[in-house]
Amino acid sequence: MKSVSLLLMLGVSVATVATSCGGNPAPQNTTPAVDTAAENQRVRDSINAANAEAERQAAAERERIENQRRADSLAALARAGDEVRSSLAAMIHFDLDKSNIRGDDMGALDQKVAILQANPDLRIRIGGHCDERGSDEYNLALGNRRAQAAKQYLVSHGIDASRIETQSWGEERPAVDGHDESAWSQNRRDEFEVISGGDNLRRP
Amino acid sequence: MTPVLLAVLLTVAQDTSTIDRGVRIGIIYRPGVRPGLVMLPRTGMGLDSVRTIVARDLDYSDRFEVITLPGGDSIRLATPSAAPRGTGTRRSGSGTTATGGAQSGTLNYPLYQALGADFALDITAAGDTTVATLHDIAAAGIRRTARVKLPPLGNPDFRQAVHRLADQALQAALGTPGFAATRVLFVKDGKVYQIDQDGVDQKLVSSTDRQAMSPAWGADGRHFAYMEFQAGKGWLYLQEMATGKRTAVSTTGSALDFTPAFSPDGQTLAFSRATEEGTDLYTINVKTNCCLRRLTVGRFSDNLSPTFSPDGQRMAFVSTRPGLPQIYVMAADGTDQQLFAPFDYGVTGSSNAPEWSPDGQSVAFHRDVAGTLQVFVLDVRTRTVRQLTSVGRNEDPTWAPDSRHLAFVSDRSGYRQLWIIDLDTGRIRPLLQQSGARLPAWSPRLSEAPSTNP
Repeated sequence: MKSVSLLLMLGVSVATVATSCGGNPAPQNTTPAVDTAAENQRVRDSINAANAEAERQAAAERERIENQRRADSLAALARAGDEVRSSLAAMIHFDLDKSNIRGDDMGALDQKVAILQANPDLRIRIGGHCDERGSDEYNLALGNRRAQAAKQYLVSHGIDASRIETQSWGEERPAVDGHDESAWSQNRRDEFEVISGGDNLRRP
Repeated sequence: MTPVLLAVLLTVAQDTSTIDRGVRIGIIYRPGVRPGLVMLPRTGMGLDSVRTIVARDLDYSDRFEVITLPGGDSIRLATPSAAPRGTGTRRSGSGTTATGGAQSGTLNYPLYQALGADFALDITAAGDTTVATLHDIAAAGIRRTARVKLPPLGNPDFRQAVHRLADQALQAALGTPGFAATRVLFVKDGKVYQIDQDGVDQKLVSSTDRQAMSPAWGADGRHFAYMEFQAGKGWLYLQEMATGKRTAVSTTGSALDFTPAFSPDGQTLAFSRATEEGTDLYTINVKTNCCLRRLTVGRFSDNLSPTFSPDGQRMAFVSTRPGLPQIYVMAADGTDQQLFAPFDYGVTGSSNAPEWSPDGQSVAFHRDVAGTLQVFVLDVRTRTVRQLTSVGRNEDPTWAPDSRHLAFVSDRSGYRQLWIIDLDTGRIRPLLQQSGARLPAWSPRLSEAPSTNP
């Protein structure tokens, strides 16, 4: 919410600036030296009318700008949400028959820690996967180890364990078809999906 | 006669058999040579499909040299005067058949003996009854006659009834039970299928669209268990073969449960459960839905893939306690856990998917050899292992009820499919010519369905 209200305030202040230096000339206070009551009344009326018109136009402009700002900030929010979502979903990978977190994946997990901290309602599921080389049934146990390894990393960095479910797919859901090391290395992975609380993701 | 004889002898050569038949006239039961069996051709009497199925079953038993005669009747001209000799071997309880009018239990026994046959099987029809007569060539008499009312061709029970007839013939000839009346469950594209052991009659048996794994037979052959992915968990289901009715195991649904295995008495289901602590073995009584018991406490290792010994006293399983998965054994209550299949630390590859043989003497499993999987057999008594396969990748062996044949997955033909190997002769045949079949489970001997045959 913090960033939303900040952006809205920014929008309002910009609108105010726009009003004060808008295209309509400010009403003049100098009056001609014709001193009849009727003439005075007519001048006052026309000044009032001009003021009212200026006021109306300024209000319309304010509203237009504010709408624009709101739309812009929502788009920005959505863009931020997409970024957060994609770094949340970024997969991590494993060595053959291993379930330890690789050094080059710790950065990705640290990002997930920050996202989970910035979005306290967010709950996720980690799915562990294997390549096709191992035994079909053993791979369910190995996939479970891989999912647990990522969960333990997140929990040890302060995320409540109850926010993370784990699952193993063994080798049943390969990300990439193929029977070479390139495919296998991509299939030995953890996937991260949102269970709930992922509608308005905030940037950490 | 001589050219015919030669032709016959040439046609009986087994495709992959390593046994040299040599000259067999007049000699039976030589060591290492299987008895010859001839299926008598009958023309114009129907039952061709029955004879075809039975002959193939007897061939697939790998216990006979099945001799195929040319179609003509000339070769089996009976000598009407040849009275059966050696009546002492005649053990038939049903008496001899008198159908067809052509022969009544008499064959040209010397001719079949000259062809290398020790047994001749004659299948004929008597009204709606099928009569199978097994002749003992050396004794020149009828060994046994079986009469069955087969379901009509096309009836779902027809093939199993014919398979049972083949098993009766094998039992009559050799005194050992066959395995013709069995099926194999397997997984393909996430679904469970069954197929007769001769590779015919494939049927879908899993009843949902969810992804399934690890089918396992109940010891009575009337139901099976399997695992299904559901809502991020692994669920165990029990399903009746006949009705397709399925029920979830009462304690399943909270975790990833997999690799179910029935105890021989059908009371207990052992399985693996993956949790935050890793994977461990549990049992539950599926008759009373009671008493979930945890058998292993792995903490830093995984324990999975249980398989009961046929006496129900012990359980072999996979454990990663030595680092890589290897084959362990324990008492069925979880005590006395120890290494089962020896391995060289740091040298031997991962070992997985154990299955205890029905005779209790062996445990088949697969082991990583130089980056690919091969089928091994552990001798339970001596605790020695021998490698069974070496061509391609071979995995997930499952025993036939005779403890002599194994079905397994192999890519030796270029894609993964199911094969059957005979441990005695080394003969290998494909069970299923379809890519992607895996995780086979061979049934026990399937008894008659209650609806057929009184």
